[in-house]
Amino acid sequence: MLKQTEGSRAVAETVAYCRPEVIAAYPISPQTHIVEELSRLVKSGALKPCEYVNVESEFAAMSMCIGASAAGARAYTATASQGLLYMVEALYNASGLGLPIVMTVANRAIGAPINIWNDHSDSMSQRDSGWIQLYARDNQEAADLHPQAFKLAEELSLPVMVCMDGFVLTHAWERIEVPEQAQVDAFLPPYEPRQVLDPNEPVSIGAMVGPEAFTEVRYLAHAKQMQALDAIPRIAGEFRQVFGRDSGGLLHPYRCEFADTIVVALGSVFGTVCDVVDEMRDRGVRIGALAITSFRPFPLDAVRTVLGGARQVVVLERALAVGVGGIVSANVRTALSGIHLDGHTVIAGLGGRPITKESLHRLFDDAVAGRLEQLTFLDLNTELVERELARMAQTRRSGPSAENILRDVGSNR
Amino acid sequence: MSAAPQVRFYQVGSFAAGNRLLGPELQSDQADPARANALTCGHRACQGCGEALGARYILDAAQRAAGGKVIAVNATGCLEVFSTPYPETSWQLPWLHSLFGNAPAVAAGVAAALRAKGRTDIRVVGQGGDGGTVDIGLGCLSGMFERNDDILYVCYDNEAYMNTGVQRSGATPPAARTATTQAVGEEPGAPFGQGKNLPLIAMAHEIPYVATATVAGLRDLEAKVHRAMGIRGARYLHVLVPCPLGWGTASHDTVRIARLAEQTGLFPVFEAVDGEVTDVTPIRRRVPVEEYLRPQKRYAHLFKPEVRADVIAHLQRTADRNIARFGLLAEEAVP
Ligand SMILES: Cc1ncc(C[n+]2csc(CCOP(=O)(O)OP(=O)(O)O)c2C)c(N)n1
Ligand code: SF4
Repeated sequence: MLKQTEGSRAVAETVAYCRPEVIAAYPISPQTHIVEELSRLVKSGALKPCEYVNVESEFAAMSMCIGASAAGARAYTATASQGLLYMVEALYNASGLGLPIVMTVANRAIGAPINIWNDHSDSMSQRDSGWIQLYARDNQEAADLHPQAFKLAEELSLPVMVCMDGFVLTHAWERIEVPEQAQVDAFLPPYEPRQVLDPNEPVSIGAMVGPEAFTEVRYLAHAKQMQALDAIPRIAGEFRQVFGRDSGGLLHPYRCEFADTIVVALGSVFGTVCDVVDEMRDRGVRIGALAITSFRPFPLDAVRTVLGGARQVVVLERALAVGVGGIVSANVRTALSGIHLDGHTVIAGLGGRPITKESLHRLFDDAVAGRLEQLTFLDLNTELVERELARMAQTRRSGPSAENILRDVGSNR
Repeated sequence: MSAAPQVRFYQVGSFAAGNRLLGPELQSDQADPARANALTCGHRACQGCGEALGARYILDAAQRAAGGKVIAVNATGCLEVFSTPYPETSWQLPWLHSLFGNAPAVAAGVAAALRAKGRTDIRVVGQGGDGGTVDIGLGCLSGMFERNDDILYVCYDNEAYMNTGVQRSGATPPAARTATTQAVGEEPGAPFGQGKNLPLIAMAHEIPYVATATVAGLRDLEAKVHRAMGIRGARYLHVLVPCPLGWGTASHDTVRIARLAEQTGLFPVFEAVDGEVTDVTPIRRRVPVEEYLRPQKRYAHLFKPEVRADVIAHLQRTADRNIARFGLLAEEAVP
């Protein structure tokens, strides 16, 4: 049903239509509206049977999903930022045990300094956790990815993270086609666990594995993610048949035909990027854009196919691999190994800094003109940074650089 | 409410007496030829491991009480490691291990799933060592208590992190030597005044049932499991399980040492309902703490090179305080 609604609410309603049987949740901005709405849906009886459990931490939330999933229930949770990091130990466990838990990550920066606004540092930090990671471009896709995530998770017995930009998507009111119960039921069959805790057929799950088999277990985890490369587009196709919409899939190229420059991005910034691409195309610039929806598994071949003909690639990153640069770029480079083209990493929008069309125009113009460096921090206040670097060089000891910068920001006003 | 069947005799020195002397209604679950045998032989526990003994009795009793319908969730630790070396398992019931610090939450997830599916017949037992329970898992356990999740959680207290090589835990008693509380310096061993009393912490949550037990009273242990399984909601069982390796005791002495812990008063055995103590197992032959400490290598520094009478007296005061606090002295007890 098409309605004007908040991103979080659309996601919560869609999740409810997926009929999770256990939801364990712990609040953290900007995820809160999702779990609040779900608690209301469960309490009002709109979603049943479902156990909504208020837990004492994110670690407990994920742990509870592990128990529930192993006991044969469809399990769901949502988190962000510090909450995701607090779950980390259990995240690896959920994937290692092959439990098809679905989790929404309302992407947010990681402290310190504490910052509640959007970037991808949280989910990117879990790129090797064995979870499938899907990034939504807009709220329609954020909602639509959830039934697909449950289907994918349960087909492959792997957990799936649906990542949506915090505030930018979670708190935005838009016209969204919220899936209907009958449609979701037609699309998503009930959860049939691969292996379940059942007194009639006892199994031991989570045994200790030594060197003689551990590599094989990890290899199989990798092989399953490789299977997801086929399953993700197929499931997106099945989704289209039932819902009549294009959502999900591995990636979304935009005006990449005969493009010399292609901009790669994940998540909600893609809309702005496409607008800028349109305006530049109007000026005759041969530029295109590529959204990566499935970051894990990373669609190496598909990315290579789209980017292979370009002259240069600009990867917009909303997270920083401190000490090296870009996370997504490293994966893109792997996809392009053997192909010689210019690669640029742009760190943008950290901690919620807006990525404006104006900045993107400047950035892409620089790229097209061959002026872009390998690693760029978009809209970095260089004066502020230089001042602190100079101060650090003077004193040669550790100190409160964040505080110094904040003070300078204040005195700049 | 009584903690255990009223056993008329008292057993000294040997544990051969037992089932033969009891009526069938008082016989142990383990005496039943059709027992569940939840934890089969062939696991890799050390000889005389109190934890293996306790786990087998507890889970067999839980299965008996629940008509065989039990799911067990296990924290990381000796019990998990020695029972499931891939590709083998010693568990005859559905069993799940996830992590060190999350067994109560994982168990709560299993319970939630069963609730959602309307399976009130299947019961959940969570279990972990004292490290997993008292330290790293305490947050999850407290959450499980607070929500009154329908789980029996069992702590196998061997008073240290045994699986990682005998380091101290929050349940390591004062003066005990571990690999991280060495027998060196002015005040050797674990410091005084830093212990965590989890049974009392559990009681403060006012959950429906809290009990302590040791592997010296196996029928008492079984009776408590049966009682706990008859109750819905969060239940906590704290069992003293001597560890020959970590305590430096003889493999054949596990039960004797556990009994000495009871008889000194160092490990009070009691039951509590809704936060109030309802029953205690009285001490029948009170022994001085020294008798308990001497056979254990983890206390050897209290006797050699010189006897640390001050430390022993301190421990004796702890025992005496327990005896007074819980009213552990039976009428006929001989000092
Ligand atoms: C997060 C985490 N930290 C540390 C460990 C290492 N570790 C495994 S078992 C264990 C100690 C277990 O002690 P306890 O719970 O008392 O059980 P026991 O082995 O004594 O039965 C430790 C520290 C771990 N597995 N996970
Ligand atoms: S180290 Fe202790 S607890 Fe662990 S198996 Fe050996 S005796 Fe049992």
